[in-house]
Amino acid sequence: MASKSVSVPHRLRWPLGYTAVAVLVFLAYYYVIPNLGPDAQTFFRNWLPLTSVNEALVWVICALGLNIVVGYAGLLDLGFVAFWAIGGYVAGWLMSGKFYDVNFNFLGGASGPGIHISFWLVLIVGGAFCALWGVIIGAPTLRLKSDYLALVTLGFGEIIPQVFLNGDNIGGFNLTNGAQGITPVDPIAIGSTKLGPFDLVWKYLIFVGIAALVVFITLRLREGRLGRAWLAIREDELAASMMGVPLMRTKLAAYAVGAVAGGLGGVAFATHVNGVLPDRFNFSISITLLAMVVLGGMGNVWGVILGALVLAWINSTGLPQFGTSFNDQFGTNVNFPSYNFLLFGGILVLMMLFRREGILPESRTRLILKEPSRTDMESLHADMEEAAPELDEDLEPVIAADGTGEKA
Amino acid sequence: MAATATSVVVPATIDRKAVFQRYATYAILFGVVVWLGVNLIHAPAQFFSAGAEGLNNGMLYALIALGYTLVYGIIELINFAHGDLFMLGALFSGFLLTTVMGQTTSTLLGWVLLLVTLVATMAFCGGVNVTLEFVAYRRLRRAPKLAPLITAVGMSFILQFIGLKWNGSTPQQWPTILPEGSFGFGGFEVDYSLLAVVAVTVPVLLLLKWVVTSTRQGKAMRAVAQDQDAARLMGVNVNRTISFTFLIGGALAGTAGVMYQQVVGTTAYNLGYQMGLIAFTSAVLGGIGNISGAVLGGLLIGVIQGFNDGLPYGFHQKWSQTVVFTILILLMVFKPEGLLGRPTTEKV
Repeated sequence: MASKSVSVPHRLRWPLGYTAVAVLVFLAYYYVIPNLGPDAQTFFRNWLPLTSVNEALVWVICALGLNIVVGYAGLLDLGFVAFWAIGGYVAGWLMSGKFYDVNFNFLGGASGPGIHISFWLVLIVGGAFCALWGVIIGAPTLRLKSDYLALVTLGFGEIIPQVFLNGDNIGGFNLTNGAQGITPVDPIAIGSTKLGPFDLVWKYLIFVGIAALVVFITLRLREGRLGRAWLAIREDELAASMMGVPLMRTKLAAYAVGAVAGGLGGVAFATHVNGVLPDRFNFSISITLLAMVVLGGMGNVWGVILGALVLAWINSTGLPQFGTSFNDQFGTNVNFPSYNFLLFGGILVLMMLFRREGILPESRTRLILKEPSRTDMESLHADMEEAAPELDEDLEPVIAADGTGEKA
Repeated sequence: MAATATSVVVPATIDRKAVFQRYATYAILFGVVVWLGVNLIHAPAQFFSAGAEGLNNGMLYALIALGYTLVYGIIELINFAHGDLFMLGALFSGFLLTTVMGQTTSTLLGWVLLLVTLVATMAFCGGVNVTLEFVAYRRLRRAPKLAPLITAVGMSFILQFIGLKWNGSTPQQWPTILPEGSFGFGGFEVDYSLLAVVAVTVPVLLLLKWVVTSTRQGKAMRAVAQDQDAARLMGVNVNRTISFTFLIGGALAGTAGVMYQQVVGTTAYNLGYQMGLIAFTSAVLGGIGNISGAVLGGLLIGVIQGFNDGLPYGFHQKWSQTVVFTILILLMVFKPEGLLGRPTTEKV
């Protein structure tokens, strides 16, 4: 919140705040921490290493994409990992020596056989390819009710990683190297400098930039016609379609835009871990992303970012590190990382039971989620006709005949 | 009387989409028949063995699918945690029969204790399922649909955690008390375990059919499934009926768990996720909410999977899940009401 005395235009508030936080973190890791004493350095290396910050940013990018699908449009997607995987493999194909019989180099981060294209171009290609797949996955599922939709996306989330896993022999063609995955992926190249494995600070800046782009897209869309159409669909699909919202196009757009963010996250992740491995892309990633969105507050960008940062940190660093400290302190031997199942499951259940709108709720979401779908008074009369369709069939000719709807 | 006055509206143009869908269905069915025929001629023994293996799995899928379909039929919730409940049932069965009662070989005592284990596991899984409903789903019954679904996913993770702590992170091998070996003729071999599965599954299914169609409680279940509010007005205890449905669903998952643990013999903490998804596909294939549909769907999916994994001209096991989920997706797109289900319209 900017204070009253310094008047900042409303539309500039978040970019300024975001940039300030990002620059502070950058300065902390670039200047401050390397100059601290050895104890403080050890503390940061154990509890807040830059690599886990970078990984958390990848989660933020993907969670923001899922937020568009689940939080804005209200379509439960349980297979979001598919887009992450597709983005990762696009990076694997276009930024490595995988296709060694093709020699193509365009501003790439490495030389030699294979396709080496600039990271920035691959980001665009990965995003576009994922958008295409978002439409392909979305198109057949749009007619479905919400819970069926969840299952179909889950099915795609299972099929696509399996295709990558078994993709070393598709009709004799080696597409994905199978279980070995594609390693190494080219480093990010900026002009003639290449970011090596230890240039984490610069990668951090790049990832923050991608996240900012996704935040920007999300917030702008939210205000516009498309975003309002998404919210209308989320709140009442039937009413929205009656008001002239084109359901098909709007839902497809949600899938496509969400998928773009997933693809950007996938490309970024491939450069972060310097490779793509198929066994990383499993169902628990989809659920973790969902937990991030639900924990932070469905529909609210800042809530989702907070949820993603917190959960990603707990998953990658917090829980194992806490376990090490706890075991050292008390001489126990508890395997803390295995508790993440309990943690994520518990978060989903408890949030749904006690605080459905998340930690940082969006004001609209709070209203909708607090309100029961029908009140008790309404439900007294509801569905009387639905219950006996055979009766309706009998009555239909009578109603049609005299037009008044009264029994003849 | 007045009914004769209405004229039947003849559609002026043929619905192209429907025609296309019908021919697409015929084409797919034709392809499947050709594929089966080629395999049957090429390797008849393998064909029947794969079919029997598939039937074996299919019965387990049917038992799990029933749990999905019963719960969906009554409160329209996809109970994601159901597959993991099955996994807990398998672990409980192994724990009780092998660890506690120490049965490792096929003896008469073993058979009696297997029955005891079966009943105990049914009670255990039923109890867990009822507890889940009481703790979580009941409070969310009038909430927007997303809420109970996400809760069920969370519950699934919690159950997986219990399984992880109980079973360990690596798959665990259990001794079986079912007789080893197989019988057969002319190269067509069937394991004895298939007989055991049939001997347990068929009576359980008949019992279920009897409970749902011929008892007072079953009538209450059908009434609540049709219209909760009307059922309440008619004096049906809705909460108790829903709890009872979860109890039955859990007991069926427990039965499947015991059978799986005895026949397949390997348990893993993430077993329930895969089996649960396949079983859910079966429930959808048969028409979700439809009891005979779930059994039919389970058997069909099992046999399809068996053929795919075992036949010389199949996609083989590494594409097994892809085949099953492709069926799920095709079905959702072209026939979401399933084979035996009734098309539903959206309630306003």
